[in-house]
Order: sequence, then C-alpha cells, then structure tokens
Amino acid sequence: MKRILKGLAVLSVATVCAFGASAAEEAGHSAAEPTHFPIFKPHHESWSFAGPFGKYDLAQLQRGLKVYREVCAACHGLNLVSFRTLEGLGYSDAQVKAIAAQYEVQDGPNADGEMFNRPGIPSDYFPSPYPNTEAAAAANNGAAPPDLSLIAKARGVERGFPTFIFDIFTQYAESGPDYLYSLLTGYDQQPPEGMQIPEGTHYNPYFIAGKSLAMPPPLSDGQVTYDDGSPETVKQYSHDVAAFLMWAAEPHMTARKQTGFSVLAFLILFGALVYITKRKVWSEVTH
Amino acid sequence: MSGGHSTYTPKSGIGKWIDARMPLPRLVYDSFVAYPVPRNLNYAYTFGGILSLMLIAQILTGVVLAMHYVSDTSLAFVSVEKIMRDVNSGWLLRYMHANGASFFFIAVYIHIMRGLYYGSYKAPRELLWILGCIIYLLMMATAFMGYVLPWGQMSFWGATVITGFFTAIPLVGEWIQQLLLGGFAVDNPTLNRFFALHYLLPFMIAGVVVLHVWALHVTGQTNPTGIEVKAKTDTVAFTPYATIKDAFAMIVFLAVFAYFIFYMPNYLGHPDNYIEANPLKTPAHIVPEWYFLPFYAILRAITFNIGPIDSKLGGVLAMFGSIAVLFFVPWLDTSRVRSAVYRPWYKLFFWLFVADAIFLGWLGSRPAEGAYVAMAQVATLYYFAFFIVIMPVLGLIETPRRLPNSITEAVLSKNKAHPAVAAKV
Amino acid sequence: MSAEDTIEPSRRDFLYIATGMAGVVGVGGAVWPFIDQMRPDASTLALATVEVDVAALEPGMSLTAKWRGKPIFIRNRTPEEIEAAKSVPMAELKDPVARNANKAADAPATDEDRSAGDGKENWLVMIGSCTHLGCVPLGQQGDFGGWFCPCHGSHYDTAGRIRKGPAPENLAVPVFQFVSDTKIRIG
Repeated sequence: MKRILKGLAVLSVATVCAFGASAAEEAGHSAAEPTHFPIFKPHHESWSFAGPFGKYDLAQLQRGLKVYREVCAACHGLNLVSFRTLEGLGYSDAQVKAIAAQYEVQDGPNADGEMFNRPGIPSDYFPSPYPNTEAAAAANNGAAPPDLSLIAKARGVERGFPTFIFDIFTQYAESGPDYLYSLLTGYDQQPPEGMQIPEGTHYNPYFIAGKSLAMPPPLSDGQVTYDDGSPETVKQYSHDVAAFLMWAAEPHMTARKQTGFSVLAFLILFGALVYITKRKVWSEVTH
Repeated sequence: MSGGHSTYTPKSGIGKWIDARMPLPRLVYDSFVAYPVPRNLNYAYTFGGILSLMLIAQILTGVVLAMHYVSDTSLAFVSVEKIMRDVNSGWLLRYMHANGASFFFIAVYIHIMRGLYYGSYKAPRELLWILGCIIYLLMMATAFMGYVLPWGQMSFWGATVITGFFTAIPLVGEWIQQLLLGGFAVDNPTLNRFFALHYLLPFMIAGVVVLHVWALHVTGQTNPTGIEVKAKTDTVAFTPYATIKDAFAMIVFLAVFAYFIFYMPNYLGHPDNYIEANPLKTPAHIVPEWYFLPFYAILRAITFNIGPIDSKLGGVLAMFGSIAVLFFVPWLDTSRVRSAVYRPWYKLFFWLFVADAIFLGWLGSRPAEGAYVAMAQVATLYYFAFFIVIMPVLGLIETPRRLPNSITEAVLSKNKAHPAVAAKV
Repeated sequence: MSAEDTIEPSRRDFLYIATGMAGVVGVGGAVWPFIDQMRPDASTLALATVEVDVAALEPGMSLTAKWRGKPIFIRNRTPEEIEAAKSVPMAELKDPVARNANKAADAPATDEDRSAGDGKENWLVMIGSCTHLGCVPLGQQGDFGGWFCPCHGSHYDTAGRIRKGPAPENLAVPVFQFVSDTKIRIG
C-alpha cells in the first residue's frame, strides 16, 4: 500500500516538474515574425529615485519638463498634472505663474454665455493638444496619442519568473521609466531581415504592443537647448523626460519613501519591544 | 461568547451597575481576557487576529476613500487620481487600501492552509469552518467589486469577464448578467451598484466574523496536536498570553505590509489599470488580481466539452466547484486523527496541494496557450483529487503516528527531547 | 523572596510601560492620515482667482459673482448711499473693524476702508455670506438700506457694516483689485 502511495506522490511531483521545465522554454521565436512583445526587454537605467532612499533629481525633472513642453506636448496631453504642482520640481511661485501664463486655457462661459480663452493660472491643468480623443485620432491616422500623466505607471513590461520574485527584495519599481527610456532610444535599431513593417509605422524592438508603432522618432540630438550644460543628446533627453514622467505619475514618491522609512523604523523598534515583552510573559509557561 | 462558565467579577460600583444591566464588559472579559487557549499554539494561529486587524483597516481606509471617490464613469478614474495627488495623505490611504486587499488575502490563505493542515474543520468545528468559507466568498465578491471602482482598463475588462461567467448558465444566464450589470455592458449603472455593494459587503463580512468568533469560542481552538483540551493545564489565559503573541505577529505582518505600501505600492497591481477604462479596446492580456489567479487557471483549464456540458459552462462550474468543495471538507476527510502532524502521508499530499495551488496561480497569469493549458489541466486535476479522492481515501488507509495523551504531555515530551529548546522557550 | 524577585517587577514594569507607550505612539501615528485627509485638498487650496467685468454696472446696480463657492456682492453705490455710510459716527458701529482683507487687520470700519478705496469709493466688494451663520443677505433691504439677512434678521448698512441683529461682524471684504477700470480680479 505504502509503495503505491509513494509511487503516486513521486509521479505527481515529477509530472509537475516536467511541465514546469517545459514551460521554461517558451514558444519558439522567429526573428522576423516575433510573437511576444516587446522584442527586447527594457534597459535597466540608473534613476535617482530608485531604492529606499530615492529622491527625484529636481534639475533633471526641470530638463524633462522642458523636453515634454518642447517636444511631446505637440501631440500628448498631461491633463492630470496641474501647474501648481510644478513647485514640486523646485520652481518658485513666480516661475510657476510664468509657466502657466504661457498656456491658453479655455474658460467660461462669461456673462454673455460664451467660452473664452485666457492665459493659464497655477490652478489650471496642462491643456491637451487636441480638443477630444476623436480629434486626436483623426489628426494621427487613427491612433490617438495617449495622455502622458500616468504613462510611467501604465507601462510595465512583464518581468517573468523568477525575476519578479527577486524584484521584491531589490525594490525594482522603475519598469515604467526604464521602458520609456528604452522606447525613446530604440528607434535607431534596424528590423531583422524579412520583417514586414506596416506603412506609417516605425520599427522599435522595445515597443510593448508590437514590432512597430505609429509614433515617429520624436527626439534628435540638439533638439532641445539645456541651460545647465547637460549633454543635448537623445539619450539624455530620453532619460530626463522619463524621469519627469515618473514624477508626473507619482508626484509624492519622495514623501512616500521618506514616510516609509520612519514607519518601518518604528515598526521594527516596536516589534522588538513587543517581542521582549512576549518572552517575559511566556517565560514561566512551557509551550 | 465563551462556552465556559464566566469568571468575571466586577469590582467597582459602576462595574456592578453596568453588569446588571448590559454585561458587555463581562462578554469582553470572558471572550478576550479569561478565555482559555491551548498553550501550544504556534504562530500559524495568529492569523485570525491579523485578519481582524486587516478587516478593520480596510473598512477604515475604505470609508475615508469614499469621502473623495466619485462613482461615475466620467469621474471615477480622475477622482482616484485626485486622491493620489491632491487629497492630504490620499496617496497613503489609497495605497493602504489597494495593497490591504492583497494582504488580506495573503493572511486568509495562510489561515485556510493552517486550517487544512491541522484539521481545524473536523467535528465539532464544521460550522466554524463553513462560516469561514462564507467570509472567504464575501471577501472575493468585495475585492472584485472594489477592483472595478478605479475604472481602469483592468477594472472594466475584469468586470466584463467575471459577469460574463453567468452567461454560461443555460436559459437564465443572460438575464442574470443583465441583472448584475444593469444594462447590456459594464457601464455607469454597474459602477454605481458595485460601489454601493463594495461599501455594504465589508459590514456583512464583519457580521459573519462575529458568528465565526462565536462558533470558535463555543468549541475552543484546535492546536497543533489536534487533541482536544482536557485539563486546565492544557490552556493559558487569552490575555496576556495570546494577546501579546498576536500583537507581535501583527507587527511583523504590518512591517511587510508597510514595505509594500511605501516601496512597492504597485507591485501587486497591474499597469493597465492606470489607463482609463475604454469599452472599445481590450488589453492584450487580461488577468485578475493575483489572489484570483488559481481559480482563473481552473476556469481556463476546461477547454473540452464534458458530455452535454460545453467547455464554457464546464469552466465556470469547475471554477465555482473549486471554491464550493471547501464547504464539504469536514465530511470529505475521513481520518480519525485531526492534525497532519501525526499523518505523514496527508502531510505530503497537503504540501503538494499548496505547491499545486501556487502553481495554478502562476499558470493563471500566463496566456492560455500551448503547454500552459495542459499544465493547468494536470494541476486542476490534482486540486480536485486532493479533496475528492485523497482526503476520503487516505483517511481510511493511512496509519497515523502514535498520538500523545494530552496537550500537556505533548508539550513536555517535546521539551524533554530538546532540552536546549525547552530552556530557551 | 529572593533578591531577584524584588528587582524583577520594576524591570518588568518598565518594559511593559515602554511597550505600551510605543503602542500609543503607533496608534496616534496611524490615526493622523485619517484626520489629515479631511482638510481641504491641494486643488481646493490652490487659490482660484475670478475676474469680473463691471463695465455694465451703473451707480445703484449690483452683481453677484461666485468665488471659492461663495457669492461675492459687487455694488456700484449711489452718492446717497456713500453719503449715508459716511455720516455714521464710528461710535454707533457694532463692529468697528473694517474686515477688509486688503487693509490692515485693525483698520477702522470707515466707509473708505470698507470700499475699494480712494477714487473708487463707489465700489463695494464683499463676500455675500452673513457673518452670523452664513445665509446670503438680500440687497437694498433692512432698516439701513444696505443688506438684510432673512434667516435671523441681521441688518447691514450701505457699507455692508452690521448695525442691528445677531451677526457679530461686518460683511467680509475679500482680496481683490481693479486690473483695469472695468475689471475686478477677486482672489
């Protein structure tokens, strides 16, 4: 009897293991006709806001804002971000007002019942480049450029087993900016031989949903002027704008990590006290 | 709530006055101070307390989030972002609530596994176990409806798929689905009713928790040996012994919880839910939250027709069956011995079951194609076999190890065998 | 009783007290976000400004604008109203302070300090919310020809000063300025 049981158990373990192993070798890839996207995993970039003590680099965020305003904003909105929150980038009140005033914001209706445009004020939000999604789609061959307010949290390339377990311990939470950086710098790659790229799209092996995307390469060297002497390269632009978009998606990240440190420090100390108390309470009971 | 005789004696005049009119202090004293618990409970038994804490935390964060949330399809997504950006401490409360759901499930799964391992469902605790299963069902409904509220892509398509389960039911399926949705697709009426129910169900959970604790205090706790309490020396008072141990376990649990809230708040979520719901575009891979993945894998494992039952209905039946089978566990287990500690074979199959459930969870996150489907079918087979075949058969044929005569004897002999440990503990 | 037994309780008490105190601190810290979230949020605090065109207001006409969720009374006063307000001796005022956010906190409630000031004394800009319990007073009514609150019978004069009734203060004047001769920016 025991033997049968043991045999059964071993058999089931073996089956599970065998299937697990077969899962490891994913469905066959062909270079010209890939079935899983992105074709390449995003690069691991180094970010000032990574890790338990991570903080946004304000100079970088300001450069990123500049890239967004001068390049991305032509097609992409940022309509969950209010000008007043730009103080989080290190701007003064007056600077925020000046930035806001550079935008036209629709307001109204006035006393005559008509909508009118006025210069933006800090409590306004970044206006969208298109009046609505349909207009955005119509102006871009049917593919409406997504709003960028949350893009750094809305794109995450799957990490796969067992990496996703290690991520818990390494606190890897930068897959969004890594993806954005990789995508923005990934246009210079050539498609493998034999790959068909649909017309009007651009090959990019880092794109999450296919081999090519409708957005043309947005950045080129020297396109945006930096005042602080940072290199004016596609790499630097991509890095800065990805950091800025992470800020746009998660403006309270620095505060979050700092609060977390105090909370965990407290819980560890309190836990130690409670543990000693528990030992004391149970000291006269064998258990 | 205590089944035993009350030992509460009010000392002050006010205490006596209250005790004669509404003996709430007596109830609290009997249930949470003098209440005897087995002296050999390990940390697996602290998860009941942790779950109570999580329920309270979820209700509190939920109530304050409801002060800022708007359940209207045009505003829901933006209102959640407003909580994250503008509301004071809003990001903290929202991350606590979102990750709190996950940690609630982590705790409940450990709690359920503890029950399966130590045979906590066996007579006379069948009702206690069934009440627990009801709480688990209510939790699943609450979590599902809560996930719809942020009105992201996963919210919307999760709601579409899960309400779609009901269309598998012959004849009345479509009618039931429309009843749930309040329309022909997930839309504003759906969001509004899900918000109302998401606010209501936690209080129903709290009600069933009261019954669960009541039932527990009638029969008393099980313990790792599975032997019932026989003498006073087998037990210690709930306060301070269990209270302080529970408190320590809660703090450790909260520390892990805090680690996720503050450093990995989106790790357990899905990026697509940061995209506003779009009824015209389904995300490439839609997956439920991690705590539903094993059941999702079982749903998708049924790719074949079983006689007159087509694969769609079969999948839904298998999925609901995988939860329903839990209700029958007290009668499926035929063993005379309660605890797995004395059942070497059951122990093996139990751990295999745990591995199988985790494996199913991983499969649930994979696309339903190729080898994954076959693996899910094998894992589903074992899932059901564990309950329907292994539990009843093993109970009849397995030779358990010798049981100690009492909890006290077990504790003392364990400490005699390991004198170093005895000195330390 | 050994020597250890007598030392033990005090050490133990210290441990219990320290643990209890840490618990209280922890609960306090955890409660704070739940209270904190009730305060006005960042978007509400971001001082919204409103610009109002007053070109169409002839003397004796008023309009009501909305600012921070409350009505703002803007009145182009007639010379008679200004005269009536100026002739009131300060000693008769129930609230002698101007309550004008554009002036010093202790500025007296003279007609000039209540109005838009030198050269624009005909303009009166006030938050239209009774200082008693927040109802909206009715214009050009009451015993003093100014405003009258129907809820509990407070009478304000032509400079919006409380003269009779339960309200404790003059109607508040918000931060405002004339950005041009015909445009007022409130906030």
